[in-house]
Amino acid sequence: MKYVDEFRDPQLIKQAADEIRRLTDPARHYRIMEVCGGHTHAIYRFALADLLPPNIELVHGPGCPVCVLPMGRIDEALSVVERHNAILTTFGDVMRVPGRHGSPLERQARGADIRMVYSPLDALRLAREHPDRHVVFFAIGFETTAPSTALTLQRARELAVTNFTVFSNHVTIVPAIRAILDSPDMRLDAFIGPGHVSTVIGARPYAFIARDYRKPVVIAGFEPLDLLQSIAMILRQMRDGRAEVENQYSRVVPWDGNVPALRVLADVFELRPYFEWRGLGFISQSALKLRAAYSSWDAEVRFTMPSVQVTDPKAAQCGEVLKGVLKPHQCKLFGRECTPERPVGALMVSSEGACAAYFSYVHRRTAAAV
Amino acid sequence: MCLAIPGQIVDVQPGGHLATVEVSKVRRTINIDLLEDPPTAGEWVLIHVGFAMNRISAERAAEQLRLLAMLGEDAQAMAELEGYEFGPEPERGVT
Repeated sequence: MKYVDEFRDPQLIKQAADEIRRLTDPARHYRIMEVCGGHTHAIYRFALADLLPPNIELVHGPGCPVCVLPMGRIDEALSVVERHNAILTTFGDVMRVPGRHGSPLERQARGADIRMVYSPLDALRLAREHPDRHVVFFAIGFETTAPSTALTLQRARELAVTNFTVFSNHVTIVPAIRAILDSPDMRLDAFIGPGHVSTVIGARPYAFIARDYRKPVVIAGFEPLDLLQSIAMILRQMRDGRAEVENQYSRVVPWDGNVPALRVLADVFELRPYFEWRGLGFISQSALKLRAAYSSWDAEVRFTMPSVQVTDPKAAQCGEVLKGVLKPHQCKLFGRECTPERPVGALMVSSEGACAAYFSYVHRRTAAAV
Repeated sequence: MCLAIPGQIVDVQPGGHLATVEVSKVRRTINIDLLEDPPTAGEWVLIHVGFAMNRISAERAAEQLRLLAMLGEDAQAMAELEGYEFGPEPERGVT
């Protein structure tokens, strides 16, 4: 247990790891998916797999927004700003996602007016400061960030800002989990539920996983001890033959979620009939579009989108990694053509992407040891 | 964008939509419309992309700051906080 010493309370970590060992049946193999990219990052950073018995396998889920974004959406946004001389605004993670003709960062270097913002309210502010230009906010994220975009749209409507639109790429986590459960090549035993998304949606939306699919779900915090305790809670459910939704992160996640945030979401957004996810394909009712009342601020209504369908670079195996069929280092491009400095696939872009996390904490460590 | 940054409320600004928060001696303006009730000075909130998403205890805030440091994301979190531009001018800057 080489990393135990740097934990805040090594004794508690050791106790949790011992408890996991006691609860594990050596005769079976456990596949547990951590849905959230933040958990993936923490699992690699703290080398938690080293504390688990070898028959517990952690499968990295789709909860990294830039990782599941189809490449065509980047190209569509770039085509709009270049055709209409608009300003494109987005978060830092998106700046580095490769499109067919370069990432937003590369296109910025070639002269496109693309600006990184830290909040959708900054994109709106930019629009008010430049009334002669159109500002598009490339919105991305799960339910953690979608309420912020929704509130910004309410504000744009109140202020009657006419030179501001949102290109919504917001997705919802529950339909993706359902798609994974229905996928024939996916054999999972349980889920570590996302922490921050659940502060918004609460614990109720996961009930079907336990009820209909008989799989335990434990919503977890991000500390090493949180994750280990959550795994122990899952194993206890499995040992007892139970399938329930439990909340290990109750100090932050209320069972009913954030009611004002859900209200704002419902006012501004509605579900798209379907949306494409990188690696998972089209998933019905899995993404958010602006309601008709907000169509004046909807980039997809205001501008003609070329509806670009772009297949991922052939050699990249992002889809297989996203579904947990391959481990990051098993992809043909990993660590060679595709690195965090020069990502080919989006899983290498964000620190929450399985490939970037694996590269930073496992690959570099192994390389240093050679 | 999925970073959760803890911030301590310094004051709620006139109008009730915005508040000044302080994190590691840096003061910035955030939006508080997604909280059920307006926060009061001294309370801690968890911030995502410029919005307070929920109230947390001081203990939980310290835990989150430590976690950001352990994940190597503390500098990025401070850069995000300092990058919020939507507040009124006097509220910006380092104290």
